[in-house]
Amino acid sequence: MALIELRDVRRTFTVRARAGRFSRTKREVRAVDGLSFDVEAGECVGYIGPNGAGKSTTIKMLTGILVPSSGRLRVAGVDPARERVALARRIGVVFGQRTTLWWDLPLRDSFELARRIYRIPDHRYRENLDRCVELLDLGELLDTPVRQLSLGQRMRGDLAAALLHDPRVLYLDEPTIGLDVVSKGKVREFLREVNRDRGTTVLLTTHDLTDIEQLCDRVMVIDHGRVVYDGGLDGLHATGRSERTLVVDLAEARPPIEVAGARVVKVEGPRQWLAFPSRQSAAPIVSAVAERYPLVDLSVREPAIEDVIARMYAEVAIG
Amino acid sequence: MLNAAPAETRPPDPRADLTASLGLYASVARGAFRRYSTYRAATLAGTVTNTVFGCILAYTFVALWRARPDLGGYDLDQAVTFIWVCQALMPTTAIFGGGFENDVQTRFRSGDIAVDLYRPVDFQGWWLASDLGRAGYHLLVRGGAPLLAGSLLFHFRLPERPLTWLVFLLSVLLAEVVSFGLRFLVALTGFWLHDSDGVRSVTLVVAMFLSGMLLPLTLFPGWLGELARVLPWAALAQVPADLFLEHATGPAVLGPLGLQLGWAAALIGAGRGVQALATRKVVVQGG
Amino acid sequence: MADPGLVPAPSGPGSARTGFARTGPGWAGVRSGVARARWAARSWWLCAAMWTRSTMSYRASFAMMLAANLVIAFLDFAVIILMFRHTDTLGGWNLPELGFLYGTSGFALGMANLLIGSVDALGERIRTGTLDVMLIRPAPALAQLCAERFSLRRIGRPVQAAAVLAWSLAALDVRWTWDRVLLVPVLLLCGTAIFGAIWVGFACLQFWWGEAEELQNSFTYGGGLMLQYPPTVFAKDLVLGVVFGVPLAFVNWLPALRVLGRPDPLGLPTAFQYASPVAAALCVAVAGFAWRAGLRAYRGTGS
Repeated sequence: MALIELRDVRRTFTVRARAGRFSRTKREVRAVDGLSFDVEAGECVGYIGPNGAGKSTTIKMLTGILVPSSGRLRVAGVDPARERVALARRIGVVFGQRTTLWWDLPLRDSFELARRIYRIPDHRYRENLDRCVELLDLGELLDTPVRQLSLGQRMRGDLAAALLHDPRVLYLDEPTIGLDVVSKGKVREFLREVNRDRGTTVLLTTHDLTDIEQLCDRVMVIDHGRVVYDGGLDGLHATGRSERTLVVDLAEARPPIEVAGARVVKVEGPRQWLAFPSRQSAAPIVSAVAERYPLVDLSVREPAIEDVIARMYAEVAIG
Repeated sequence: MLNAAPAETRPPDPRADLTASLGLYASVARGAFRRYSTYRAATLAGTVTNTVFGCILAYTFVALWRARPDLGGYDLDQAVTFIWVCQALMPTTAIFGGGFENDVQTRFRSGDIAVDLYRPVDFQGWWLASDLGRAGYHLLVRGGAPLLAGSLLFHFRLPERPLTWLVFLLSVLLAEVVSFGLRFLVALTGFWLHDSDGVRSVTLVVAMFLSGMLLPLTLFPGWLGELARVLPWAALAQVPADLFLEHATGPAVLGPLGLQLGWAAALIGAGRGVQALATRKVVVQGG
Repeated sequence: MADPGLVPAPSGPGSARTGFARTGPGWAGVRSGVARARWAARSWWLCAAMWTRSTMSYRASFAMMLAANLVIAFLDFAVIILMFRHTDTLGGWNLPELGFLYGTSGFALGMANLLIGSVDALGERIRTGTLDVMLIRPAPALAQLCAERFSLRRIGRPVQAAAVLAWSLAALDVRWTWDRVLLVPVLLLCGTAIFGAIWVGFACLQFWWGEAEELQNSFTYGGGLMLQYPPTVFAKDLVLGVVFGVPLAFVNWLPALRVLGRPDPLGLPTAFQYASPVAAALCVAVAGFAWRAGLRAYRGTGS
């Protein structure tokens, strides 16, 4: 059985809007509209989508905060809605925009509270804490009040707090939001470590697609409460009808050249940019160009994942 | 206007400047008025609460005045009316909290407060305008309900002269400015103290006691009574309620109104001073 | 399936527990109920201790505020003393008798406020997402909510009320029979439970009606104010309302009639004067029901 299992999960909200001075209208909003997917133990899954796509509703259902309107949901063998407290011991949750640490107290105190609330056995607590301190470089920070930590340091503290009780699944909601490049790097490195060495299943939502590129072997794109893509990163390019770019430096400046299977998107002196579908191999195009024009240099550029996803959202919106 | 010169060469007109900033404060006040008018459930909940408190206090006053008629210079009807006028003033002057200071507190927590001191708009003026807008709404909606409930449930004494209403409204306006002045000082303690919630809870009890809302200040003995009647808190409830009950009429209203005006000016001035200190502190320590 | 990794994860006693396990009637059910209550109390204690340590990091500020609160709380009783400068009785009750009402009402209200009064900000906790954070911890959300922003500063109120009560007990002209002696601690305990239940019950309205925070003040602070004065002061309908409606009368009015040997203005059976524990149990049950219903609505469990 998969660690996380969703079958046709739906969640509707009733939104009341004021229609006139005294009247109100009720409207049903389907935040999640028939989600089905499995996540196996040990996977690292990126869960992305535009604002309001249903990401946080999904996370709230997976943590047991919200109860699905219909459908079947299982996390680590339990129904989150019915066994919220039991589930809480098996999952870790990190909200990027909201810390669960105690603002005025040293970091260590927040960890101590977790030890008692989660009833972590002493030796496990010590082992996990030592490991987190080492990997996240928290040694100097343990006795610093949380309010004096930088955003990046606080996020590292939050990550440690979420992992002390050996959760089988770690949900991360925008874990790198607002962090500088160095802190982002540290957080990603740690998550990779946790996922690979400890085998913790990771599900993360983010707007920073570098997180996905560096961490996840699987991406789920959600929009309007439905999964519009589920698969590897490379597959995303194919589905998104993304284009790679062949950049050629010709011997001399020319008007846009003509090559079958590609089109020129930009010309700058002797340098020209040719776009072609990502699925195609670059080889036939390169040889076609080389046959007809004197070539000085060439390179192939992969599409930026942002563009691919932006295009995907746009298509869903139209379709 | 005959003047066709380009705008940038025109000398600055101080009057236009004043009109512009008055316009700005007016729109801040209107915004606050409209914002509070959207909190319908809160308004209803607050009105119910005021009415409940009014009822409880009115019954105790009835018991006291039955035992001692004409106590403190009020007859029974006047004493009960006193309670209900105070309940109408309570949300208007936000003595029990719920005014601009909640917003300021939020800005302290988020750290935005330091930025606020450097806006081109005056910090104190902005919050005063906003609190006046709120008070206007609360007077209209939450002030009316207790008066109505009081007049239905108990014997109620309405002013005999029409002019009294006008004097009363002016007095309520001054009461609100005095109340703002006090709450502004308390709010600014947040720049120095960690626990400004604690300061608020202490000042709240003091204000309830010394404003006369729980017991008219004329019932306070000796020097305590004399002192309480000239302290700023008297301007919050005792003074407007007495004017409503026509304890002073004609030119005699100038005395109580003058007391209110004096405290309003003094507190706004003190607020400016503390604001300057706070600004300096933020400059030195970087917020 | 076992988690691989450097440090293999054990299946500790905690991970096997199920919070919502439905247990049948009988001893097992009682034992699991007791265990749940103990765990709730412990969770509350852990969170309240954290908040206390938080405020202690500003020790001077805390000490100052505690002292100020204690002193200021006496201003509240000063109103009653001032009233009695002008009269010997209020509604037929003398000052020590009013002191008894004041002390018991103030103590019950103050203790309830200290222990669980923070629950009144439920609407705000929902708006800021704090409630969600509580719901993902393996501890009862209500216990965490009640301990949120716990402040020892609030102890000033019950301490002051206890001082007034102590003075009143000394000044009262009462023949202390065993039932009267016993009634005093019982009413303090039950009164705290009743006020606590009212706090939780009315706070639950905020699940549906997020801005209604001030409404509960009518019943908590308003109730506390009402109970400071003798029932003879109020209209009969109002007194009936706090006996049979929101049962505030069981906090101190009804037991006080027995302790002080005063006639019941409503002429209710004597049993009512001993019935505070029953009223408290009912209130707690209703509040618990309201909390469950509210949480169900928030999480969207059926309808």
